[in-house]
Formats: sequence, structure tokens, C-alpha cells
Amino acid sequence: MTTESTQYIAPDQNNPAVRKGQEDRLREVWKPPSGWFFRWTDVNNNRIGVWYTLTAFGFMLFAGVLALIMRTQLAVPNNDLVTANTFNQLFTLHGSMMMFLFAVPMFEAVSIILLPQLLGARDLPFPRLSGFGYWSFLIGGVFVSGSIFFDAAPDGGWFMYPPLTTRTDLSGLGADIWMLGLSFIEVSSVAAAVELIVGVLKCRPPGMRLNLMPLYAWYILVVAVMILFAFPPLIAGDVLFEMERLLNWPFFNAEKGGDPLLWQHLFWIFGHPEVYIVFLPSIALFAMLIPTFAQRHLLGYPWIVLAAVGTAFLSFGLWVHHMFTTGLPKISLAFFAAASEAVAIPTGVQIFVFIATLWAGNVKKSTPLLYASGSLAVFVIGGLTGVMVAVAPFDWQAHDTYFIVAHLHYVLIGGTLLPLFAGLYYYWPLVTGKKLSDKLGRIAFWIMFVGMNLTFFPMHLSGLLGMPRRVFTYPEELGIGGLNLASTAGSYMFALGVLIVCIDLALSPRRPKAPRNPWNAGTLEWLALPDDEDWGIRSVPLIESRYPIWDQKNFVQKVDEGRFFLPDAEEMRRESIITTVLDARPLQVIRLGTPSVKPMMTAVALAGVFILTTYHLYIWSAVSGVATLACVLWWLWTGTAEIPEKPTKHIGHGIEVPLYTSGPSAPGWWAMFITMMADATAFSGLVFGYFFFWTIHNDFPPSGVGLNGPGVFWPMVALALTLTGWAATVGAREVHRRCNVGAGRALLIVGIVATLASLFAGLAGPWYSGLDPELHVYPAIVWTLAIWTAVHAAIGVIMQAYTLARSLAGKMTPIYDADLRNITVYHHFLALTGIVTFCTIGLFPGVA
Amino acid sequence: MTEPKSDRKHWARDLKVTLWTLIVPPTIWAVHFLFCYLWVAVTCAKSSTPGTALTGFPLATLIATIVALLGIVAAGYIARVQSETPGDPAPHEQGTAIDRLRFLALSTRLLAGLSFVAVIFTALPVIMFGDCR
Repeated sequence: MTTESTQYIAPDQNNPAVRKGQEDRLREVWKPPSGWFFRWTDVNNNRIGVWYTLTAFGFMLFAGVLALIMRTQLAVPNNDLVTANTFNQLFTLHGSMMMFLFAVPMFEAVSIILLPQLLGARDLPFPRLSGFGYWSFLIGGVFVSGSIFFDAAPDGGWFMYPPLTTRTDLSGLGADIWMLGLSFIEVSSVAAAVELIVGVLKCRPPGMRLNLMPLYAWYILVVAVMILFAFPPLIAGDVLFEMERLLNWPFFNAEKGGDPLLWQHLFWIFGHPEVYIVFLPSIALFAMLIPTFAQRHLLGYPWIVLAAVGTAFLSFGLWVHHMFTTGLPKISLAFFAAASEAVAIPTGVQIFVFIATLWAGNVKKSTPLLYASGSLAVFVIGGLTGVMVAVAPFDWQAHDTYFIVAHLHYVLIGGTLLPLFAGLYYYWPLVTGKKLSDKLGRIAFWIMFVGMNLTFFPMHLSGLLGMPRRVFTYPEELGIGGLNLASTAGSYMFALGVLIVCIDLALSPRRPKAPRNPWNAGTLEWLALPDDEDWGIRSVPLIESRYPIWDQKNFVQKVDEGRFFLPDAEEMRRESIITTVLDARPLQVIRLGTPSVKPMMTAVALAGVFILTTYHLYIWSAVSGVATLACVLWWLWTGTAEIPEKPTKHIGHGIEVPLYTSGPSAPGWWAMFITMMADATAFSGLVFGYFFFWTIHNDFPPSGVGLNGPGVFWPMVALALTLTGWAATVGAREVHRRCNVGAGRALLIVGIVATLASLFAGLAGPWYSGLDPELHVYPAIVWTLAIWTAVHAAIGVIMQAYTLARSLAGKMTPIYDADLRNITVYHHFLALTGIVTFCTIGLFPGVA
Repeated sequence: MTEPKSDRKHWARDLKVTLWTLIVPPTIWAVHFLFCYLWVAVTCAKSSTPGTALTGFPLATLIATIVALLGIVAAGYIARVQSETPGDPAPHEQGTAIDRLRFLALSTRLLAGLSFVAVIFTALPVIMFGDCR
């Protein structure tokens, strides 16, 4: 599509007046909204990212205070500062918040700030989605963390093992708050993952081929893909869990054929990759700051890609090492022990790459580097105890003792928290234009480093001496009073270090601005000016090196003078360049979302669904659901797939690209594809549940009143209708593309009727055979699969109807057909869901 | 002077390289891992006594391991040839098509090495355990 144009006269970038005009337009277009309310409707990544980061940091401090209360309680034997019940809430909320409200969102927050800067993009491809993710996170986070003030916080441990947590007589509202509140946040995490993957793959500047991409972007790509495969099994688990709590469907109740171990599988298929999901983005910060302070290119770039991709894969083969004591066959444990040992290889590789780079470079000592080296030391200790507990016989001794508490805190503080502090000191000038105090930073580091080791090293010993996790007190006779007192003293020391960092941050507004690129770094993000403009980057550069600021001649000046691509906003629209995945060739200019109240309203409506369900207010929850749907449709109708006023646009240097694309070259298509990958993974979690129950029962499916069903007939009818709906949608896309709009619309109507009929036919099987989901786990899992598929069919119908309406309203034409192409991707996945569901529930009983 | 070996035309250099080919070796590891784990999990969950022998499993693992290792070696071999594509100057960190190819191929080659080791790790327990205890 790239063509030379003869009529077009390029702007004269040598003329200061021309440049001033461009800057004025860019400034006007990217002007943030103002007003006490409307300023919060901003969607620009530099603001959303900062809000996100501050909120996650706030949750971290809150969860840290909870830990201090715990340590105070444990300072001396037989202490009675808090009750056992409060202690349960404290450790559950501490763990859950640190994981779900700090570690994962912090990575997303930092990436939302950094990624567009690193990629020379004006913003991420879906700024409003970032806004939606932020507001979902804030509401969900406040809901979950605030519960402790009402003595209603979850108290079943951060992994919420049933049956203690699924029995409503043994656990209160806290379990529902955990499940529903955190499910809501998981939705926002998946949304962020979609945005970051599309950002890395499609929004790179021209010339930034895959081998020139900043390593941070590589890590983010890998981690975001991991989120897509790790979070959905937990969402599937949450669905089963809440069905059991709210509707008494016995998925984890052994008396009725369920099995609590299924939850452990689903939780840890999420939970172990989660450790790497929070570790890799933090270590990614090192891949940016170590070359800067070594003043040379990072050695072994492909080795880092090996480490990130290799860790990502292996981390999905580790989950059973959290279940070594559940009585699984030893040979199964051995498979997971083997993978747990193997993952040490790629994890170690990246540490050696960093050491080699520093060794080969001309090291400049600095506060960020101090944090980085300190955290590597802490992390390596945690990694080594990890290799120890990966050996199953050792784990049988150490399981559920303070040895594990010590191990995981060494890993998480060394692998996530301290690297984030390194990143904080390194990137603070990028965000605020000011440096933090080196003196305070170093003092804080040493206090935290000593405090951290004083807190957690004695825990190895108290654990080996027999102190179990999650006890609110211990007898004096155990002889671990001294070790616990040391841990408590260390924790206050660590907190003092964090306090000094907070003071340093608070003093920042009073400090003078630092020069541009104060560390003399070589990567794109340091193009940012101390008095930052909201436009992201003045002109989108042509990249020829991994460190363009160091290697490309007059690079900064050329960017600033708008001599690269897209230096203007002639049509007064927010724009960014979309490029190809492998080689970053310009494909399209996209128009980005502007500040809007819609993402916030959608987040509030969706929050209503989750929060009102927690309190069993089902009617209001349904109202919220309808409101969410209305908000989403309003948002899509008014803000996406807009037909541009002209087909193409000049971006400079004789390159002219389309303003609209559809299909696999468009970011929206990718977003749909990636979202559906996550959806399919959640679905496979449910299917895994069905076959898991099959393996543990000799009579599955069972027989008896309320247990026979759903038969073969209705599932096969539903399957035929699902495939008809799919074929009609694909047919509509094809004939519509060939300018036969009428036939396209007719096929969409056929698709709507068939998909809607498949919805009812899918439910008819379990309905007419009288399957009673409260009776046994078999009817419960059949109903769950049928309902999951029916809900997806309903969404499919809404999409078909929406597309038909877009066509009738003239918002979709044979050339501008992104809506139709995107919903076809959805219907591919719906067809797959239908095939798996209806073959499983309809045909599998015949062969089982 | 004879042409260096790496400059000759090679069929493996004509194969298309994408992000998908990068993950072929670890995907083979994942399939092999799941094969071993699921075989054991289903057999043992379905058996009535813990002492049930895993009949046929050692042979199946051996075959699966050989197949997986052959696949990884093939991917690694193709990657090795591609990672030595001649044309651009060292250190091959430029924004050229050849350097991009060499980078993806070298990363695939490294992943093949890791996957090779990991597949052997997964197969090792069969030597020591023969039943569901």
C-alpha cells in the first residue's frame, strides 16, 4: 500500500515557522482534559500509567502495613495483639494484595508509561482500554482491600483452598469478596495484556525489526502472553468456586463427586507462572539500565530472548511443585521436580548476561545499579532455596513451614520489589523530569537490604525448627522466640527503608529539573523532555540500531525537528503508526481514542456486576450487566472502526499509508484474536475440569434420577446450529468483501437466527433430561459447559446484530469492513467452543 | 580460494522464519511433557490400587522422547544453518533482513538447546519409577 505521490508537497522542516505550526497543532490535539471531574477522563498513557503506578504503590504500602501488624503479633511467643481470626485476614489480604494489587498491576502500570516511549509511539493502540483497565483496578482494589475495615476480609490464605473456603458455614463474605473482587481485577489484567501485546507487535517505529526491539519490549511481550495463558485457568476456577458458594454446585465437594484438588490444579496453573509474570518484567528493567551504566550494548541479546521465552514455557510445567504433599503418584511429582530444576537454567542465563555486560563495560556507579546488584544477590538466594524445595523429599519436610515463607520472600523481594526500586530511581527523571536523591536512595537501600535479610533469613531456621506458616502465635517451648524477634526487628528496619524512599519521593517536587537524558542512555524512551509534552514523541523515528541515541547521527535533533515520520497533526487527530510484526514496515496510521468518560462508566457498571453479586443482590447485578453491555456498545459504536475522511495519509519521506485497515494487518483484529486466545484458555480450564472428574470416577457419567443426560440429540442439534451460524458469518464476510452488501446482510441475519437457536438448543439437552446440578458434580459440570457456550453464543448474536446495524447505518462498507472481519474471528472461536462442548457433553458419555 | 561453507546455498535458508517458528522447540517440550504427565495421571487416577504398574509407559516414553528430540534437533539444525546466513558484517546487530533472520534463528537454536535438555529431564523419572505409588 506504500506509494509515492506526485501531487503531495512535503512540509519544509527547515522552516522554524512550519515546525512551530506543527508543534502547536500537536499540543492542541494532545491537550489533556481539564476540570475537577473531566481531568480524570484522560486516557493518555503518561497520565493513566502514573495513576496506575501510584495506586499500585499505595496498595503495596497498605499490604506492607498488614505485614508489620503480623510481625508485631509474632514478635514474642503467646502474643495476643490480634485474634486468630484477624491474623487470618491479615495474611490472606497481605498475600492477595501483594500479588494481585501490586506485583501484576505494577508491571502493567510501568509498561503503560514506558512502552510507547520505548517504541517511539505516541500512545498505546487502545488508550481507552488502558483507562478502562485502570478504573477497574482501582474500584476492585479498593473493594478487596477495604474489606478488612469491616472485619470481612478473605481469610482462607491467598490460594483459598476449598473445602474450607467453599463451605459457607466455615467462611464468610470474605471468600466471595476475594473471588469476585479479584476476578474483576483479572479482567483488567487480561485487558492490559491485550493492549501490551498489540503495542509491542504492531506499534513499533519504522525500521525497528524484531532484532532491534528494546529488551524490555521482548520481556513485556513474553509476560503478556503468559498472562493470557495463566490468568484464564484461575478465572475458570473462580467460576466453579462461585457456582459452588452461591448455587451449591458441588465441584470441590467430595461427598457429591467433586474434588478439592481440582481447585489446586487450576489455581497453581495460574499461580506458578504468576511468579515469573511478576519476576520477568522487573528483571526487564535491568536489561534497560545495565547497558546505560555499563555504557555499552547489552551482551548476548539473543540469550535474553532465550531466557525470557524459555522461562515462560517451562514455568507452565511447574505447578504441581506446590502440590507435592497432596499424595499424587511419585512419578508425577518427579516430572514437575525435573521441570522445576530445568527452569533454573534460563533464569540463570539472564543473570550471567547482566554480569557479563557489566564486566565488559565501563561501569558508572549509581543508585539504580546499587539496587539492581543488591536485588540480584537476594534473588539468587531465593532461587537456590527454590532449587532445594523443587526436590520433592525436601519439600515434604519444608512444606507449609516458615522455610517456604523465607524462600518466597527472597524470590519476590529480590526478583520484584528491589528491581522496581531500581526502576523507580532510574525512571523517575523520565516521568517527572527530576532525579531522586542519590544519598537518600543509598541509605534506604542499605537499610532495606539489611532489614530484608534480618527479617527473612531467620525464617529459614524457624521453619526448619518446625514453625508452620499461617499460625497466629507459637509456644515458648518451641525455642523460636529469638528468631522471630529478629524477624520482627528486621521487618521494621525494612519498613524504615521504604519510608525513606517515600520521603525521597515526597521531596521531589521541591527539587530542580534534571537535564534531558540524565544517565546518558541510548534507548528511545530518553527522548522525553524534562518538561514533557503530552504528544509522546515529536516525530516517529526511523530506527537503525538497538541504541539509536548513541549510534544514529544527530538522532535527537532530527526527532525534535520533526524530520522523521508523522511530524504533524494536520487533521487535528491523535495518531500513531502501525507497522508489520517482523520488520516494522509502516502499514497504517491509526486514529487513537481521545479522553472520554465511557471507559470509566463501563468500569463502574462492570464493577456493579461483581460487587452486587458478592452481596447476593442478583437483580441489581443483572441491571449492572445490562448497563455494562450498553456502555460497551456505546463506546464501540462511537469510537471504533471510524471511516476516515480520506483513504490515505502522507507520513513523510514519500511514504503514504492507509488510515484504515481491516483483517490481520489491523490492531483491532489482533486484539480480538488475542482476547479470544485468553477466552479459549479459560474454556479449556472448564473442559479440563470435566475430564478431571472423569479420571477420578469409575462411573462417569453416573446414572440415576437427575444424573442422566444430556443425551446426544440436543447437543448435536446445537452443534449443527453453531456451525451454521459460523458458516453464515464467514459467508457474510466473503460476499460483503466482494461488494455484495445485500447478500452479506442476509447472511448475517441467517447467522443471527442460527446462533440464537444454538443457544437454546445447547441448553435444551441438560434442561429436558432433568440434570440436577446440586446433586452431583457430573450434572454441574455439564451445565457449566452448556451455560458457558450459551453465554458465548449470546455474545456472538450481539456481535452479528451490531455488525448488521453498522452496515445499515453506513458505518461499514465493503472496503471499510473491520467490524465484520473482527466478529468473524470471534465466531471461529465460538465454533471451536461449540465443537468441544457439544462433542464432550453429547458424545463422550458414549465412549467413556 | 574456495567459498566458505556458510556462503553456499542451503535449503534451510529458504524456509520462512516467524515468531511462530521461534517457539517450535519449547512447544515440542510442552507436548512431550503433557504426554508423559497425562499418561501417568489418567492411568493412576483410574487405577484402584496405588501399586498399579505403568505397563507400556517406559516404552512409550522412550519413543516419545526420541521423537521429541529428533524434532528439536531438526528445528535446531535449520536454525543453525539460518543463523549462519552470510551477507552482513559482524556483530550482526544491524537493522537488515539478514541480521533479523540470524537473530531469530540464533534464538531458536538456543531454545532448541534448552528444550533438548528439558525433554531429557522429563524422561528421567521413568528410570526410577514404574508404578503409581
